[in-house]
Amino acid sequence: MTGNGNIRLLSRNFGKSGQAGIETAEQRGAYAMLKKAVRMKPEEVTALVKESGLRGHGGAGFSAGMKWGFIPKDTFPRYVCVNADESEPGTCKDRLILEYDPHLLLEGALICAWAVQAERIYIYIRGEYFYPTRIMHKAIEDARAKGFIGDNILGSGWSCTVHLGTGAGQYICGEETGLIESLEGKKGWPRLKPPFYPAAVGVWGKPTIVNNVETLAFVPRILEIGADKFAALGTPKNGGTALLSLSGNVKRPGVYELPMGVPLKTLIYDCGGGITADRKLKAVIPGGSSSHILTAEECENLRLDFESVAAAGSMLGSAAVMVIDETVSIPRLMVWMTRFYAHESCGQCTPCREGTGWLLRLATRIADGKGRRRDIDDLYEVANNIDGKTICALGAAVAWPTKSYIKKFRHEFEALVKE
Amino acid sequence: MQISDTLRKKAEEIFFRFPPEHREAALVPLMFEAQRELGCITPDTERWLAETVGVSLVKVREVLSFYCMFRTAPAGKFLIMLCHNISCCLAGAENLQQHLESKLGIRNGETTSDGVFTLKYAECLGGCSWAPMMLINENQYYQLTVEKLDRIIESYRKGQPILPEEPTPLLGNVGEPAPA
Ligand code: SF4
Ligand code: FES
Repeated sequence: MTGNGNIRLLSRNFGKSGQAGIETAEQRGAYAMLKKAVRMKPEEVTALVKESGLRGHGGAGFSAGMKWGFIPKDTFPRYVCVNADESEPGTCKDRLILEYDPHLLLEGALICAWAVQAERIYIYIRGEYFYPTRIMHKAIEDARAKGFIGDNILGSGWSCTVHLGTGAGQYICGEETGLIESLEGKKGWPRLKPPFYPAAVGVWGKPTIVNNVETLAFVPRILEIGADKFAALGTPKNGGTALLSLSGNVKRPGVYELPMGVPLKTLIYDCGGGITADRKLKAVIPGGSSSHILTAEECENLRLDFESVAAAGSMLGSAAVMVIDETVSIPRLMVWMTRFYAHESCGQCTPCREGTGWLLRLATRIADGKGRRRDIDDLYEVANNIDGKTICALGAAVAWPTKSYIKKFRHEFEALVKE
Repeated sequence: MQISDTLRKKAEEIFFRFPPEHREAALVPLMFEAQRELGCITPDTERWLAETVGVSLVKVREVLSFYCMFRTAPAGKFLIMLCHNISCCLAGAENLQQHLESKLGIRNGETTSDGVFTLKYAECLGGCSWAPMMLINENQYYQLTVEKLDRIIESYRKGQPILPEEPTPLLGNVGEPAPA
């Protein structure tokens, strides 16, 4: 492991007692970077974030600074939405920021709001996150009492409030336009996205920045160590570190902070202690349930940054690494995966609504040993008919892994079917 | 119908979060609070919500049926949400499912005849690294085994719930890779 391994930007305060309290957080430096930011010009802050190479850690990996730059020049009011609706299977990192360092997130969101001159911040937390919601609620009250939220923040002449939005158990509300619909008090049906949406047309039709929790939590650290130093931590196109959620068949699952571009093997073997019961590695899902599965051979020299994982034919997504050992049946894995999407399809597009259920039925039949040979091709065919024919990315999120499971592990499906 | 003062106060707090011209935005959080207090959303509650928020009844119904955490009939005293998605299944959640079903004598979505437990399977609760995971009402439990599950369920049955570790325990050594 390189010397970079010990860098802790986001996880510095994880596990420290009292950090969720504002006094302790302030003693450890919380809000110092907000003070610094409001003395800079908003454009300077955006430029700094752009230079740092920070990319969205929610899944898409889009440059955060660029996104902020898309806000149209003279439309007001503007909003910032913090996407705390973490719910893609495998992903569980944002929870730690919400629980252990809520003021870091608030500080980052406020700096973003200053950079884009927003007047309101909404933190949209998934309904099942009861404990994280309580912590954030308290943190917001405390920060308001201290004047970090409210009128004329730190003498800057700029006013901004922070509020909680609540999800109620629907994965699709983590999709940025679904989130906006839900926040507006409707069912979270994703909207068709013209380019630069929702930066130009977001909450209540106004310019809105939607960023994930982890992405925003990095912002104060970028101001602290400088854009250059942050950029230098990762790879040329991926600035900084990442919180990697490691789950599945490993001895020490957990959330680890490592520099972008770290070898997958470092995560699985050095951090995770290797495969459960020293079994053989069969496959890895590198970026949450929607990413293509990679075989053990494909993982051999894989590095965890957006480009490398894409080059290997998958995606880093939300950096949720799921490890699968030799005892796991891939058709069974497909049942679990498709069940998720069948349950979470919002029903707006026919290919997704009908297709996800169809995939689940086919996968279940095969995994239960009741399938026929042509079911395998049907699975592939149905996935193809969802892919690219839907309003939001959920369609692809189920079609891609389905196709990759079959392509790479067809023999396991064939072994289970009758003629 | 009778709406408590606490709920009315909650409603005011929630309206404060949104611009006055967008009162309808309060619908989801307010529905959550109403369900928390009343146990479920009855037709009466729907009407109250529609009036208070200022939307049509059909919009309330639309939202109510869309989100899976809302219900129209009361759940048992304790709602068990056991995750059975990928990370949890890789860590043995299917075993726990079977165990729990036979222990409580109910299946997914059902309530025990004494009204104490309702069982509902969840599709990922965001605790994948601490799998298998479940929620009982608002308490989060991680790294379940059959024994641990039994102990927790019994403690609820006795009315003295084992409280969960909060915040989420750190596993491994976050941020620092273990020495090679
Ligand atoms: S792709 Fe699926 S989840 Fe997305 S909008 Fe269409 S039906 Fe809804
Ligand atoms: S898969 Fe069970 S908590 Fe994520």
